[in-house]
Amino acid sequence: MRQMPLQTIRLMTGVCLLAGISSIAQAAPPPEAASCAACHGAQGDGLPAANYPRLAGLPAHYIAEQLKYFADGTRQNAIMAGMAKPLTPAQITILADYYAGLPVAMPAPAASVAPILLSRGQQLAEFGDWKAGIPACFRCHAAGGVGVPPYFPPIAGQSAKYLADQITAWQTGTRKGDPQGLMHSVALRMTEADTQAVTAYLAAIKPAAAVLGDSQPLSTGGVK
Amino acid sequence: MSARINILFKRIISPLAYAVLLGASAPLLAADAAPAVTQPSALPAKAALNAALLTGSTFTPPDPSTIPHDEFGKAVQLGRNIMFETQKYAPQYVGNSLNCVNCHTDGGAMAGSAPLWGAWVSYPAYRAKNKKVNTYEDRLQGCFRFSMNGKAPPLGSDVLVALQAYSYWLAKGLPVDEKVAGRGYPNIPEPAQAPDFVRGKAVYEANCAICHAANGAGRVVNNEVVFPPLWGAQSFNWGAGMSSISNAAKFIFANMPYGQSYSLTPQQAWDVAYYMDGQDRPQDPRYEGSVAATRAKYHDNKNSLYGTTVNGVLLGDTGEPIPFKGNKS
Ligand code: HEC
Ligand code: HEC
Repeated sequence: MRQMPLQTIRLMTGVCLLAGISSIAQAAPPPEAASCAACHGAQGDGLPAANYPRLAGLPAHYIAEQLKYFADGTRQNAIMAGMAKPLTPAQITILADYYAGLPVAMPAPAASVAPILLSRGQQLAEFGDWKAGIPACFRCHAAGGVGVPPYFPPIAGQSAKYLADQITAWQTGTRKGDPQGLMHSVALRMTEADTQAVTAYLAAIKPAAAVLGDSQPLSTGGVK
Repeated sequence: MSARINILFKRIISPLAYAVLLGASAPLLAADAAPAVTQPSALPAKAALNAALLTGSTFTPPDPSTIPHDEFGKAVQLGRNIMFETQKYAPQYVGNSLNCVNCHTDGGAMAGSAPLWGAWVSYPAYRAKNKKVNTYEDRLQGCFRFSMNGKAPPLGSDVLVALQAYSYWLAKGLPVDEKVAGRGYPNIPEPAQAPDFVRGKAVYEANCAICHAANGAGRVVNNEVVFPPLWGAQSFNWGAGMSSISNAAKFIFANMPYGQSYSLTPQQAWDVAYYMDGQDRPQDPRYEGSVAATRAKYHDNKNSLYGTTVNGVLLGDTGEPIPFKGNKS
């Protein structure tokens, strides 16, 4: 582990004790997050059983965009519209940065899904179904569905129902704002069975952090 | 419901789609779209299902789940793995961060994306590129040397045998005929206006940069390339087919933005191809000692910007090719 200045450690320990949360070193939740925690959990892990998505570790840019879309109706959701409308741009930034900074510490959800469904889901996630025009999820959301900040959110370990609801929302047009209509195009090509299989598979993956790397990582060949 | 629309689209609308697309208006393709969108930033793309659409191809290669479980099947599977994960299965011959699948959608199974089945039934063939009759193996070697900026695997090596086994297996049932529908990248009309760097940059920023990044270097997550680099040190070199503007325009028109085939106008595809191929990349391994000599020998045509000055840069002026080391797996 990297070394931290002593007073930072002291400060964080104090905050953690005060907040009564675990010993994971992280910033105190901003007051704005109080109303989020009820559904998305104190650690931003979401509540898969009730279809509330994880926010921890999502790209800040993505979270901020979604809050704006909830507020202006680009993404239609009654609960979230009520939450997002009163937020100022500054509050949106605070919340987005806070949740983006939380560790991805969620355990793998216990999957109780038919293996045949999972294997079709895995097929779609890794290779897609090009005959039907469906690219592999992981070509854009990275191997393991960890996401590609700042535009492509993680999809691994989100609740199956939540993910399936999003596919439906893109199909019916109640969710918009996806860059270049990328998800809209894909969703229109998915059958109900595709959606079931792939969301079951994605929900069963243990989520992990996405670390952006140097885009030129290998040192062979090349221009000056 | 959407699946049915798509079937309808394929069977009934697609014959019309070509004319409409080439007319650069494309309202018909909205058959693939949902209700009208109010947000201008959220316009759904009027995209075709996949690159096969405008090729007239009727061939369906076998499903990977039917690869036989025997010695031959092992070679087929290895060939498929090499196509999808060249970095992992043939790193000793690769000098950039690409994988074959990046330019051969669905690992070489997709019509309109230079499918391996279309290639398999087309060789041996004379190629102006090296002025001789090339076997299929020769052709495969070229892709490693240029597209992968690497080293040609020896004739008869496991890697080439596996790629041939996979290609043959994909092509089963096709007659031997180099004019097979779906081969290569589908033709697009000559651009109405000469392809242009500045217009191309605007197309790039609006349609490509979200994935390939503004600097063309692509994106890497957890040490794996997600979006491949389009130019720069880790992309294909100046000898690759994709460095020809016309090849790039055809590929892009049919395959990009990813998942939104034929959504650009042909003019946009030419402009963005010019922009991409107007950037520097690894030296042509056939380098003749100077940019001018290399251009004269290999690039003296309107589809190559090598050795010309674009946006203030003399392209290819990077000296001798860097000696090949090969990627670690
Ligand atoms: C940067 C993009 C790119 C990559 C990566 C790439 N190719 Fe290609 N490949 C092309 C282009 C472009 C053509 C077509 C060139 C032409 O039409 O002249 C092509 C053509 C081919 C052909 C001949 C197709 C035909 O119909 O004649 C084969 C076979 C092939 N590639 C195999 C491979 C293999 C195997 C790999 C990986 C080792 C690979 N390619 C990697 C761009 C690429
Ligand atoms: C949604 C993300 C996305 C967008 C947008 C996108 N691409 Fe791609 N592109 C990809 C992916 C993913 C691949 C690799 C495809 C594969 O492996 O199946 C790729 C491959 C390529 C390749 C071949 C590989 C290489 O590195 O040379 C080119 C060329 C290319 N894209 C150009 C473009 C252009 C030009 C645009 C804009 C018109 C564009 N792309 C828009 C995701 C995207």
